[in-house]
Amino acid sequence: MKAPGFDRMTPRARLLATLILTLAVVALRGLPAQGAALAGAFALALISGQALRPLLHRLAHVEGFMVLLLVMLPFSVPGTPLVTLGPLVLSAEGLARAIGIALKTNAAILIVFALLGTVEPLRLGHAARGLGAPVRLVQLFLFTTRYVELFRDEIRRRREAMRARAFARRTSLHTFRAYGNLAGMVLVRALEKAARVEEAMRCRAFDGRLPAIGIEEGERGILAGPGLALVVGAALIALDRLP
Amino acid sequence: MTPLFTVEGLVVSRGGHRVLDGASLTLRPGERLAVVGPNGAGKTTLLRSLIGLEKAEHGTITAFGSLRRTEKEFRPVRARAGYLFQDADDQLFCPTVIDDVAFGPLNLGLAPREAAERALAVLERLHLGHLSARITHRLSGGEKRLVALAGVLAMEPEALLLDEPTNALDDVHYRRLLDILSGLPMAMIVVSHDRPFLHRLSTRVLALRQGRLLPAAFHSHPHTHDHLHIHVEGDHAHRH
Repeated sequence: MKAPGFDRMTPRARLLATLILTLAVVALRGLPAQGAALAGAFALALISGQALRPLLHRLAHVEGFMVLLLVMLPFSVPGTPLVTLGPLVLSAEGLARAIGIALKTNAAILIVFALLGTVEPLRLGHAARGLGAPVRLVQLFLFTTRYVELFRDEIRRRREAMRARAFARRTSLHTFRAYGNLAGMVLVRALEKAARVEEAMRCRAFDGRLPAIGIEEGERGILAGPGLALVVGAALIALDRLP
Repeated sequence: MTPLFTVEGLVVSRGGHRVLDGASLTLRPGERLAVVGPNGAGKTTLLRSLIGLEKAEHGTITAFGSLRRTEKEFRPVRARAGYLFQDADDQLFCPTVIDDVAFGPLNLGLAPREAAERALAVLERLHLGHLSARITHRLSGGEKRLVALAGVLAMEPEALLLDEPTNALDDVHYRRLLDILSGLPMAMIVVSHDRPFLHRLSTRVLALRQGRLLPAAFHSHPHTHDHLHIHVEGDHAHRH
């Protein structure tokens, strides 16, 4: 299933809408509005027509980053004690804060996945540039997306070479040293590769700017998408702040 | 004699395309088998399959007397069949030459000192002893290839799988590689486009066509052609 609504919008419109919605979401303070935001974000992800399984898989990665924070927060924020475990006190305020952060981050990430998940990195980079993002940041983003695959490949080849010489993972100094060497060599090669790529780019008259050739996006949806996002964002904040 | 490798009806796909489609071969001790075929014919895939880096869809691989299917079953194969990668840069990953050559022996369970001794002995045997303390990624292309080979030989394999070993070698390193390989007793499978090299080295040829291995033979016929080489000014001149 192809995303009917979003793919008709230009990347710039989608980026702007994403920005508005995520900013509205992070500004929310109460659980009802945060819950509504997550439900809405999930609906948005469903409408986007992307396969659900990889989406949830990516979301799980984000959860992995946050798990420590979410576990620590209820115990570290002072307030009305709910449970006391020896010296540890679980506070109601801390719990609410942790749940709020979990709801908001997941909502924000789902919005990004839903609206930007199917935009090609190159077009996204140019859209960001069009919205006034710094050139260097955009270039960094574009190079990163270009080379992530390359380095994944590099690491895969090297691990195969290690296996071909009967390397097996163990809890041993030899294993740690081998992985250390692997990481070091990938970095060295990355640096060399970067230098070679830069030389090759300079040979083709690269002057620090990436020209945007063949990307004529036009202005389709530049009003409708962000406009709708503005209305939804305002409604969420109103739900949150109005008595 | 029991064959080292017996492959029957091997089918391997890459990117939805059957690269190997019923390939069969037998490698017996002492044999030096050449495998030829155009780019993309599946030569590298064949070598990778033999040590379990590619997964077979159909067919069987018997190595050193046992059927091999799982990663676990292939692990001991990699200790006994040394694989020389097409790009030596993929193979060398330790900071120094001696570390890299000792990596295999360490994986085989040798103590660090024994491993270092064995590594040094192999380097000496290949006349590479002077490189032992050098940084691997600063070696020349030819040195890298020979050091990578030393890393494989240090594991004392019973068979060698060589993927385009002469690629991009200069004359000096080319001849040294040929001398080293010709002097080795173990069985080999050599994948290459380099016909003269294969002719000098191999005892039997297989050609990879449409995913299958067909018996082939060298055939030479007289040619009249120019002999192109480069003389450096001041070097002794010679006649043709």
